[in-house]
Amino acid sequence: MKTDVETVSSLQDAVLQAAAHLYVWALKDIPQDLRDALADAAERETSVPGQRVLQTILRNVQVAEEERNLVCQDTGIAVYYCRVGEHFPLHPARIYQALYDGTERATVEHPLRSNTVHTLTRENTGQNVGYRVPIVHWDFVPGWDGLDVKCVPKGSGSESMSFLKMCTPADGVAGIKRFVLDSIVGAGGKPCPPGIVGVGIGGSADYAMHLAKEAIARPVATRNPDPLVAQLEEELTGLLNETGIGPMGLGGDVTVLHCHVEHADTHMTLNPVAVNYQCWAARRATAHVSPDGSVDYDREA
Amino acid sequence: MEHRLTFPTTEEAIRELCAGDSVLVDGHIVGIRDRTQIRIFDQGVEPPMDLRGAFLLHTAPNVRKVGEGRYEKLCIGTTTSARMVRFTEPLGRDYGVRAICGKGGLPDEAIVPMRRYGMVYFAIVGGAAALETTQIEEIEEVFWEELMPECLWKFRVKDFGPLTVAIDSHGSSLYHDVQESARKKLEALYERL
Repeated sequence: MKTDVETVSSLQDAVLQAAAHLYVWALKDIPQDLRDALADAAERETSVPGQRVLQTILRNVQVAEEERNLVCQDTGIAVYYCRVGEHFPLHPARIYQALYDGTERATVEHPLRSNTVHTLTRENTGQNVGYRVPIVHWDFVPGWDGLDVKCVPKGSGSESMSFLKMCTPADGVAGIKRFVLDSIVGAGGKPCPPGIVGVGIGGSADYAMHLAKEAIARPVATRNPDPLVAQLEEELTGLLNETGIGPMGLGGDVTVLHCHVEHADTHMTLNPVAVNYQCWAARRATAHVSPDGSVDYDREA
Repeated sequence: MEHRLTFPTTEEAIRELCAGDSVLVDGHIVGIRDRTQIRIFDQGVEPPMDLRGAFLLHTAPNVRKVGEGRYEKLCIGTTTSARMVRFTEPLGRDYGVRAICGKGGLPDEAIVPMRRYGMVYFAIVGGAAALETTQIEEIEEVFWEELMPECLWKFRVKDFGPLTVAIDSHGSSLYHDVQESARKKLEALYERL
């Protein structure tokens, strides 16, 4: 029989291996919902440069598969979303260490370009890991013994197009919509459109941006369970596609694949709105880890 | 219109291109990025490579070292160009560069130098690195390895593209036109919010 120490160590190793696999998998093989959304965009696009861009994108996804290569060279900053069950037998401190080590292992073994630098000196800090990198978001689930890890490698071109505005209550919903429109027109071709526009509303300044990032990590075209928020998603998707920014900002009908919105309740005098862009290569991959260390990989989550 | 061009090239060939045209590129292209250009222009270090007639690609490639100064391609894609717009004028004026290729476009301040010196901006599809890598035949030379991956790279390419001429040497920019039209549309959209 295994001792507790052995169990912890083998479970930590399972999470490490899952993280290493997820990081590379996400970079190479984009999810089916995204492929469908890109194919649909190519059906709808009528501009000549826009059509050229979308056909190149579809060809690229195919070539990445055939050549077993990365879809995009920007291996991003590693971001993980963890849902930890109350009874999962590995402490989050060790889960974090496993994600750190797994990111490093994938970077060395593949090898992947390392992007992580010290913010002030700009010196590279190693193998896509560093101080507070990877970035890990936590959610805890009562009465459950599993762990879900979603890896979202985030490229800098789209992450640079992040915007926050503390609207006033008097700005209302119209103010929220206007800020989203202004942000996406201002971003133009820089974040590699057509992608997913993540919008976070409510909470506080930091939490609104957190929600916007959570929104881009959802499967494309999923709708918020709150009907009011889902209606806002539909409306914003339509409005954004009327701006004419088009694929890679060269002009056209498809500026965004979809707009996703996440919300939180807020202070009576606050109306925060955050925008976080996800490029067309909206990479993500998920693993479900059981308490015995077995791992199921999931393309749909 | 569709074109095929071999680089390095001439001002005459560049002046043939108009915004919206599609181009496939053969020959030699040069990989360059933020730190490479900061070294040339802010630190005053002469590039160890002739850039006359050159095609510059905004890139920081994923590579594997296979020997002294020799690298094998793993995944080569293109970065956002707008950060590097201030280098457009000296690249044309001092070094005779003919084409800058990247993703996301250059702001309007690139329009005048491109017209004056006979340069173009080619829009590539950002993120389409798997395809781009197959169009790069070989990494022929690497300078300034200490800036890895933002070195000065010389690639041999075949059928590189399709690229879109997004800013031409006659004063046209698709980015300018798209922004202008989007700003007008926004005024109408605000009415419906």
